[in-house]
Amino acid sequence: MASTSGLSLLEGVGRQYDYWLTVYKRTWRGSIVSSFVAPLFTVVAMGVVLGGFIEGDPAELEGATSYLAFIVPGLVAAHAMQTAVGETTYPVMGAIKWHKTYFAQIATPLAPVHVVGGHLAFVLARLLTSCGVFMLVLVPFGVFATWWGPFLALAAQLLVGMAFAALVFGFSARLHSDEGFGVLFRLGIFPLFLFSGAFFPVDNLGPVGSVLARATPLWHGVSLSRMFCVDEIDWSTAAVNVAVLTALLVAGWFWAVRGLTRRLVT
Amino acid sequence: MIRAVGLRKSFGDFEAVKGIDVDVRRGEAFGFLGPNGAGKSSTMRMIAAVSPVSGGELRILGMDPAVDGPAIRGRLGVCPQEDTLDNELNVHDNLYIYGRYFGIPKGEVKARVEELLEFVQLTDKAKAKVDDLSGGMKRRLTIARSLVNRPDLLLLDEPTTGLDPQARHVLWDRLFRLKQSGVTLVITTHYMDEAEQLCDRLVVMDKGLIVAEGSPLTLIREHSTREVAELRFGVGEHDQSHQALAERLADLGERIEVLPDRLLVYSDDGEEVVAKTHERGLQPVAVLVRRSTLKDVFLRLTGRTLVD
Repeated sequence: MASTSGLSLLEGVGRQYDYWLTVYKRTWRGSIVSSFVAPLFTVVAMGVVLGGFIEGDPAELEGATSYLAFIVPGLVAAHAMQTAVGETTYPVMGAIKWHKTYFAQIATPLAPVHVVGGHLAFVLARLLTSCGVFMLVLVPFGVFATWWGPFLALAAQLLVGMAFAALVFGFSARLHSDEGFGVLFRLGIFPLFLFSGAFFPVDNLGPVGSVLARATPLWHGVSLSRMFCVDEIDWSTAAVNVAVLTALLVAGWFWAVRGLTRRLVT
Repeated sequence: MIRAVGLRKSFGDFEAVKGIDVDVRRGEAFGFLGPNGAGKSSTMRMIAAVSPVSGGELRILGMDPAVDGPAIRGRLGVCPQEDTLDNELNVHDNLYIYGRYFGIPKGEVKARVEELLEFVQLTDKAKAKVDDLSGGMKRRLTIARSLVNRPDLLLLDEPTTGLDPQARHVLWDRLFRLKQSGVTLVITTHYMDEAEQLCDRLVVMDKGLIVAEGSPLTLIREHSTREVAELRFGVGEHDQSHQALAERLADLGERIEVLPDRLLVYSDDGEEVVAKTHERGLQPVAVLVRRSTLKDVFLRLTGRTLVD
């Protein structure tokens, strides 16, 4: 019954615009402050102060001329992941279990596929504003090598964020208790945050560790984001990064739609 | 409006609806009456085109829910058993946003929201948070929400469960007005009085099957007597069990039901039953003569009382 006859995905998503706009209006003040202040603190603490102890040898820092320039593109990619995960864990479970928002939505012409589309479109908007603000905060620190690189880096951050959003949506749609989120955060998101090359070159992890790190979705986002920011672009690596993230996004999309359909249409 | 033939619904090994035939006509108020677990809500969810049919045939507004789900849902109003209002939005926004899901243009939705708030008497609460509304107000808001797309068919699943008597009457009044304006209503309920008040025609469901069908009056006429004498005997009175007392009174009515706390004697003349009971030297501690209701029909058909 995932039939969408008479209602395209785009039209179905568009009909939820007012809903998500209202949700966003309710939280935008808090989110603007946090999406401006949190990056600033992170950059100052990790990049400027901590980075002051680290010698900026471009040969060891994947082409970055300082630790600050090395770490920030990775931090924004990781920030995209965290934002996406935040918007697709408790909010998805809440809309199924606690507030029944999704059930109210599918009593209308909207089907689960539209509901997933609407929620992910909102995540995309959140990523665009929060990563966009993060990137703007970075401008005065002089970490960008070109004027156009940051735009491509932002696109990469959106891509990695959306891949996580779709995958985690699929996970949350199947989850019956929020205890699963603790496992996801502790054993999934936190290790990814630490070991996917945001803070140090993954080659430092040794031959096995670096291969493992390069297999994580976040690394592909960090890699793209950094290459574009520091203007050390290896286009073949970039193509692989984009292909992997796109594949994850597409797979995550179908997994999410299937998961939510099974949950709502019983 | 709705035609079901041999309609079934299973969840794994459990069969919630075991093959029912239903035909709902335009403009009528149709009821599914039965205790919890009878299969009413499963049937309603299939009719609402949010639950796939496990077997049999179902047509809603002439369409197949497996193929035309969105088109069917666009013409239905659904008032679910559990409130699915957005607690974090105010009353007005709940209606407005819901209207947008149907693709109704903004200006049009705004006009309808005003109209509906007026209809459910919540105009002065338009800016209030849903959390601050009483149970009856929330139900009225849910009904207003289900009307935002001007549905041809309104589905109401246990519309007054959990409401106090006054709130129920306010709601019934609104539903009655809707019916008069030509909206087809489909109602599930386990309240007999609700079914009698609102339904032109109803089916009695039990354990996934339809056990009787007709108007409230015909059902009562066919399955019960005109009157019922309810006789309550004190504990240990006459040193006899209710069962034994029932046997002594068996010839006074067409039939007798033995409940844990009283006997129900079905007869066209309840007063006569009471008089004859006294003649036989039996003194019930409490006596009530009343007309038969759907409650008696249900008891007759299923051998069980409805939780009321």
